[in-house]
Amino acid sequence: MSNTARANILARLREPQRPECGFSERDYLSRYDWDTAERVRRFTERMVAVRAEVHHTTPETWLDVVSQVCAAKGLNNLLVSPETVLGKQLHAQAERFPTLKTYDHPIESWKQELFYGIDAAFTGTYGGIAETGTLIVMPSADEPRLMSLVPPVHIAVLEVAKLYTTFAEAVQAQGWVQAGMPTNALLISGPSKSADIEQTLAYGVHGPKELVVILV
Amino acid sequence: MSSEFRNTVRANLAKPEVRANFYRAMDGLMTRRLDQFPDKAELERLRTQSMAIRANALSKLPELLETLEANLTRNGIQVHWAETTDQANQIVLSILQKHNAKSIIKGKSMVSEEMGLNHFLEALGIEALESDLGEFIIQLDHEAPSHIIMPAIHKNRIQIAKLFHEKFPDIPYTEDVDELTQTARRILRDKFYAAPVGLSGVNFMVAETGTLCLVENEGNGRMSTTAPSVHIAVTGIEKVVESLSDVPPLLSILTRSATGQPITTYFNMISGPRKPGEKDGPEEVHLVLLDNGRSNIYSDPELLATLRCIRCGACINHCPVYVRIGGHSYGTVYPGPIGSILEPQKAGLDVHGELAQASTLCGACSEVCPVRIPIPSILNRLRYDGVRRDTANTNTVGSGKRRTLSEAATWKTWAWAATHPTIYHAGSTLATRFKGMLPTNLGAWTTVRSAPKLAESTLHQQAKNLGVDHE
Repeated sequence: MSNTARANILARLREPQRPECGFSERDYLSRYDWDTAERVRRFTERMVAVRAEVHHTTPETWLDVVSQVCAAKGLNNLLVSPETVLGKQLHAQAERFPTLKTYDHPIESWKQELFYGIDAAFTGTYGGIAETGTLIVMPSADEPRLMSLVPPVHIAVLEVAKLYTTFAEAVQAQGWVQAGMPTNALLISGPSKSADIEQTLAYGVHGPKELVVILV
Repeated sequence: MSSEFRNTVRANLAKPEVRANFYRAMDGLMTRRLDQFPDKAELERLRTQSMAIRANALSKLPELLETLEANLTRNGIQVHWAETTDQANQIVLSILQKHNAKSIIKGKSMVSEEMGLNHFLEALGIEALESDLGEFIIQLDHEAPSHIIMPAIHKNRIQIAKLFHEKFPDIPYTEDVDELTQTARRILRDKFYAAPVGLSGVNFMVAETGTLCLVENEGNGRMSTTAPSVHIAVTGIEKVVESLSDVPPLLSILTRSATGQPITTYFNMISGPRKPGEKDGPEEVHLVLLDNGRSNIYSDPELLATLRCIRCGACINHCPVYVRIGGHSYGTVYPGPIGSILEPQKAGLDVHGELAQASTLCGACSEVCPVRIPIPSILNRLRYDGVRRDTANTNTVGSGKRRTLSEAATWKTWAWAATHPTIYHAGSTLATRFKGMLPTNLGAWTTVRSAPKLAESTLHQQAKNLGVDHE
């Protein structure tokens, strides 16, 4: 069925006189020329506007800030990869954090705990976008897809050096096409939200209720 | 004149609560969109760019679909083609049967509405549960979406609170939006946990990389495409773009035009099923490409612009007809201006051709359209196709089927009189002479307006009196 359908559809699309595109304005380059300070300012402004928490830290202080955030939220546990550069640093000082959990088995073997027993997840990011206040997340075997989705709190570290002006700039500068797309790539711009009831914003619909960004 | 459409419109116009719900929502959406485009010149540049991206994709549609299929297949995504909604439903069913699945959880998908997928599956005893908050609400009430972006926009908080209380009597009654949302979260989380198969729509397909892109705020789209072990995406063949660099401008204009957001919470780019070593994500990803009349629209150089649509809903939000009659009056999957050009072309002018008449041609829709679809021109074209006699010269389904003898005769008589000056002058002079005999009760028109009055003398006569020389 599918093969006949395919042939029929493609034949119909080839039949008519081919439409001309007629337009050539497909330019995508970044419109802005913001310096680092401006990028950080805009990123923070946009994130805060959608109720994300943003903490400005340094390579010396970021672990302290993560620890303080966990304490302030009263987290019982924190899902952290033991394999990533950042995750290793947390695991090395595990006593300063809530019980550290690891996502080291396929989801099928611990789905119940992930869905109902994990308070928060900590991940790195692939970069950020200043214009829209966005984290670029590319989940991997070390930091799987559901980490930034299922737990009620998501704590993410963004290195300022990877904060781009626009999405278009990030795609180009990081060479997404050349590198090949991963199974899943995400832009995350705040905690989960909906305005489906009376246009009133409500947070934490299906994804995290809280998003905490640690800028380093 | 009476028709199902007119009757539904009349019934919906008589519901002040629903009308108030639409007015409040559309006013808010128009304001928020405007706030996103403070620079008018920049907006116009962006619209031209977005139109160019979509027009470019359509100009290479068959090639891009082949490239897309090759890249998706290389990435491990299984591609299925369906000429009709029936075929698309059968493809979904065969995937479910292969996995012995008795339920699916759905992210938001208008193409699945187009397929009537929920009814199709439920008739076979398979549960199809909507997980988008708005879709969840209307599914509880057995309703169809009244808007393509905000499906439950016709309901207010109180109505939703009562509905939740009726369906979930164990949960205390509340009108608090946060609490209602948390109720839905708890119920649906259990469903996400257990669902064997997730189904979603697609906003953009990237041919260059073999990527499916989903735009959403809630996270239900990510859940539906990540937690179950099988993900089925359904979409129309027109949703493809050529390259990844086409995506950022389209995403930006889509979210700003739709809900006045600079970006949505999640932009989800899926390029494959779970790879060896990865610990979550579906083991299988399927894409169902639906034609359902799109290739026919594609065959007409003028109507083709219909397929540029990126489903932002801005035309709906700005339509003076939609805000009054509401989304359910249209009786179609896609309401508002885009629905009034898309649905008659898909179902045929004999079925939904009346929708092309239900417009004042004010042009608000085309003024806000992010891809510059000339909706009023297409409405006019469909009106013409509906009554034209040379139906061999157009591919529009149902061409000529709206032609009636009385209307045709009226226009023919008019054309004859208007091209015969003696007859025309005699007729118009007679009309002014006997204007007192014109009826003052003109049915619906005069229930809220006074009847039109003819002048004392014809325009020709007045011009002559003023000394205008018509030669």
